[in-house]
Amino acid sequence: MTPDLARDIADLTVEHLVLVGVAMAIAIALAIPAGILLTRRAPLQRWVIGFANVMQTVPSLALFGFLIPLPLIGGIGKHTAIVALVLYALLPVLRNTLTGILGVDPAVRESAIAMGMTGRQLLFEVELPLAARTILAGVRVATVTTIGTATIAAAIGGGGLGVFIFRGLASVDSTLILAGAVPAALIALLADGGLGWVEKKLSPA
Amino acid sequence: MARRAGFDRHLVSPLVSFRNVSYRVGGKDILRDFSLDVDAGETVVLLGRSGSGKTTALKMVNRLLRPSTGAVLVEGTTTTNWDPILLRRRIGYVIQEAGLFPHFTVEANVGLVPRLEGRPPQDIRARVHALLEQVGLPPAQFAARYPRELSGGQRQRVGVARALAADPPLLLFDEPFGALDPVTRVELQRQFLELRRRLGKTAIFVTHDVREALLVATRIALLHNGRLAVLATPSEFLKAQGEEARAFLSCLDTQVMPA
Repeated sequence: MTPDLARDIADLTVEHLVLVGVAMAIAIALAIPAGILLTRRAPLQRWVIGFANVMQTVPSLALFGFLIPLPLIGGIGKHTAIVALVLYALLPVLRNTLTGILGVDPAVRESAIAMGMTGRQLLFEVELPLAARTILAGVRVATVTTIGTATIAAAIGGGGLGVFIFRGLASVDSTLILAGAVPAALIALLADGGLGWVEKKLSPA
Repeated sequence: MARRAGFDRHLVSPLVSFRNVSYRVGGKDILRDFSLDVDAGETVVLLGRSGSGKTTALKMVNRLLRPSTGAVLVEGTTTTNWDPILLRRRIGYVIQEAGLFPHFTVEANVGLVPRLEGRPPQDIRARVHALLEQVGLPPAQFAARYPRELSGGQRQRVGVARALAADPPLLLFDEPFGALDPVTRVELQRQFLELRRRLGKTAIFVTHDVREALLVATRIALLHNGRLAVLATPSEFLKAQGEEARAFLSCLDTQVMPA
């Protein structure tokens, strides 16, 4: 491996991590509160989960393409890539927040209310701690998928390890493809292992 | 206006009053025109089959449910006029399988209401340890455990200690010993009587077990299809003539003959 290639791998890996990190931060910040809200608004659950499901079924390359002509969120570059990645990451986090909270033993919820907990105390002292593992499992799935999907961001100028892959495809150079694919796979494995470890550390419900 | 003060020191009688309470859900009458007064110091047992409305009546006292018509008064104030949070923190509540918080230690479970009330941590600790002693769980051995590390009977004892933590004048029991093996069940019934003798709390106690009702009650209210069928002391209840009362009393006659 030439020193130039090594430096490029390092740079693009950092870029890739930033894409994934920013997308996941936004997705978590949107999906967890939305999931909590949905546990209080049962009629909305079908619609919001439906929307998130549909987003997940759109092929990623197509989604990136659809976003380009849109004003504000569209165009070429990183921000469009991040919008697309967020849309993909929403569903697992949202769904697991919902199932985690709705899965809290009704007897436990009832005794919390009967003991005079306010709605806020019920949420922060009982529901979220008991749902934490499930929510984190959703975050883990979303993170691993986002690391993979982010390679496609290069197609619309988002940068990241996908740059190698597209360049390698264009020049039929398998070394270049591997220079993108192998670090991406390693990041995904590390993220999966790390988040899995945190998940185990959280007290079992 | 929402009632803000706690219970008065000298208790108003009746402490709890059901006045022509009905509860309808989905076109079905769960409770019909139910009236009952519970005086301070009494243990009133709501006895009945599954679906008789006894748990529904109980849950109206701490406003987990509201009557469709009629009113439930606690300390002379309609539950709908109470601030529900204050009302509930003044009423101990024990349910089947205890409903303990699985992510809290025994100590945190028992100390929850005092903590919500903002009492100082060292007071809470002292109170929790005293209560665990009272229910027969030495704190040195049990305070740091999690509910999943306890037997069913131990969990239920923690549930009772938790209900007593804020020293509420009124306790509600919803089939508290229903899921226990018969030996543990009798142990906890004895302990209930012992605690009542010592603490003099008022209690409303739901059960479908006529033996348990006769053992713990000062008065028994028998519910049948959402109506009050019999209201009697245990000794009067033994002589009750109604069909539903006789059905329950016949459970006592069953003789077991080993083959």
